[in-house]
Amino acid sequence: MRVNPLRRAYIAGESWFNLSFAGLNPLYHLGTLTFFFFWIILITGIYLFLPFKGSIDGAYHSVEWMTHKQWYVAGVMRSLHRYASDAAIITMLLHLFREFSQDRHRGTRWYSWVTGIPLLWMVVPLGITGYWLVWDQLAQYIATGSAQLLDAIPIFFGSMATNFLPGQISDRFFTLIEFLHLLGQPLVLVFALWFHVRRISNVNIMPPRGLAIGSFIALLALSLLKPAISHEQADLGIVPQTLNLDWFYLNIYPLLDYWTAGEVWLLTVGITVLLIFLPWLPPKRSKAAAVVDLDNCDGCKQCFEDCPYDAITVQARTDGKKHKHEVVVDPALCTGCGICVGACHSANPFRRAEKQLSPGIDMPGFPVHELRSQTLAAIEAMKGEHKILVYGCDHGYAMRQLHTDNTRGISLYCSGMLPPTMIGYALKNGADGVLVSGCRTNDCYNRFGERWTEMRIVSEREPHLRARVDHRHTISQGAGPTDRREIEQALIRLREKLVKLEQKANG
Amino acid sequence: MAKSSTKFGQYILQALSYAVFMAVVWYFSVAPVYRHIDADQALVVIAFKHAGQLLEECRESTAEELANLPANMRKPMVCPRERSPILLEVLMDGEVLFSQTENPPGLYNDGSVSIYHSARVPVGKHQFELKLKDSVRSEGYSFTHNEERLLESAEILVINFNTEHGFVFK
Repeated sequence: MRVNPLRRAYIAGESWFNLSFAGLNPLYHLGTLTFFFFWIILITGIYLFLPFKGSIDGAYHSVEWMTHKQWYVAGVMRSLHRYASDAAIITMLLHLFREFSQDRHRGTRWYSWVTGIPLLWMVVPLGITGYWLVWDQLAQYIATGSAQLLDAIPIFFGSMATNFLPGQISDRFFTLIEFLHLLGQPLVLVFALWFHVRRISNVNIMPPRGLAIGSFIALLALSLLKPAISHEQADLGIVPQTLNLDWFYLNIYPLLDYWTAGEVWLLTVGITVLLIFLPWLPPKRSKAAAVVDLDNCDGCKQCFEDCPYDAITVQARTDGKKHKHEVVVDPALCTGCGICVGACHSANPFRRAEKQLSPGIDMPGFPVHELRSQTLAAIEAMKGEHKILVYGCDHGYAMRQLHTDNTRGISLYCSGMLPPTMIGYALKNGADGVLVSGCRTNDCYNRFGERWTEMRIVSEREPHLRARVDHRHTISQGAGPTDRREIEQALIRLREKLVKLEQKANG
Repeated sequence: MAKSSTKFGQYILQALSYAVFMAVVWYFSVAPVYRHIDADQALVVIAFKHAGQLLEECRESTAEELANLPANMRKPMVCPRERSPILLEVLMDGEVLFSQTENPPGLYNDGSVSIYHSARVPVGKHQFELKLKDSVRSEGYSFTHNEERLLESAEILVINFNTEHGFVFK
């Protein structure tokens, strides 16, 4: 399988974290880590607000008091507030890059991408107003720069920059900035975050406990080792000469020393527009959406529970059958991952009532009866001992690269598309072992496919792999597109297991 | 034993990853240091708000104009609202520091013009010459001003203007 260099580089980075963090790879939890940093920012921000004095002299001196006199609480809180804000920018940018490099931003998933870009526009000004409140020379520098940027917007009359000339500023300025930083901007951000996650299900806003504890300890250690400090107090009669800029938030200001404010706007707006339109550059060919067959649907709602994109809704039965509910697929939200098919207990290949297997929900481009046919054909094509059938996915390791005399692979839209009964069906029809692959563990292209399948196999989620199927003939192994070694080792492990089982059976 | 040593190795790698992450967070939160203005430079800021003179004087309405208007809208005098553009020229030691013509804002071009311009200049003694023209109905500049100033490192010299006092150095 050809993997583009960008994706290959990202996957290599992920491998490092898989090695060091095992199941807690932070790159798989960038969104929740960002949320976690915001919790830290919120809690520390509330504490910092209490001793903060919103006036020209009071602002600087109250922050100095926090930093130096009560360094052990307020000073640490201030440092945590700053460093968590910086860390949030890193996780947001990595999150953005990850979704792009893994091609998880196009097709039906455009919505999460497009609603995510404005979040950057909200978080960065939130950080900027935070720096204003300190009212040191850095605040003076960014206040003047921000005023120049706002003056360049033609809808404003007058010059805001004149407010930052000697003797012009008043305490009312701090009231405005306090309102923005403490209430206005955070509220807007919360609404925007809600929009961002609207089209996904099972939204998690907390990272795994181990990752949260580790990140917090790291931030705390940094806060104690390198406490955040202020510059000299702002003096509007003197130009700040050298500045320790926070480049995560204040990176555009130096541009104002070389470009006009209009050119800086052009650059930032241009980048934003480009990012927003990325999902259509080029547009993704979408798979046909899942289709419900009410004749075979009993309204159990499992597909509704398992859909990662909230594309399935439940409604009252419309066909007069005795079942209470039926499900409806919204084609505009369906990514065509097929996880709903794996969740459908009527997608059972053992059903013999009809020649063509028709489950309650199916993928028109790759129906379950086709999967059943491919399963039989693959088993038929294998020769020799210990025939292993591998069910993989289109986003993981390429299945066709596994083909040998006694190994065959079938690539699904997603590993979550595999009905557990298909494993039993393959074993009953001549396969000696079944390896279920897919994306890397915890890194499913479709969010939950690999996790749901694993839970179904170990009977933690419906529909589960039947007890009468010999589970010892089945193993799971997550494998990304470049993980040849992992999947080959899994095949060796399964073969060794089959040999032992055979030896045991033969006494 | 092998399992516990693997776990220990993982913890070491995790600590290393956290350390690298925090080093990146800390470094870019304060560095590299940015020099906004050199030690041998000062800043000159020209900032003021001024309304140009009216383009035309008020005049009496003609009989024809009055006849074309409804009775309740007939006014004896017509006073156009449009104002003249503002032409500002600032020279330092004979060199042009700033020269700009600003049109009045507003739907009827009747608003006050806001000027804000800053320039970094070398420290030391400088001769400033300022000229402002705010009426198209008169020849030459409406206001002029000459002043010598000694600028120190990082000093901000603010040049203001109002009709009553003309150019004011602060």
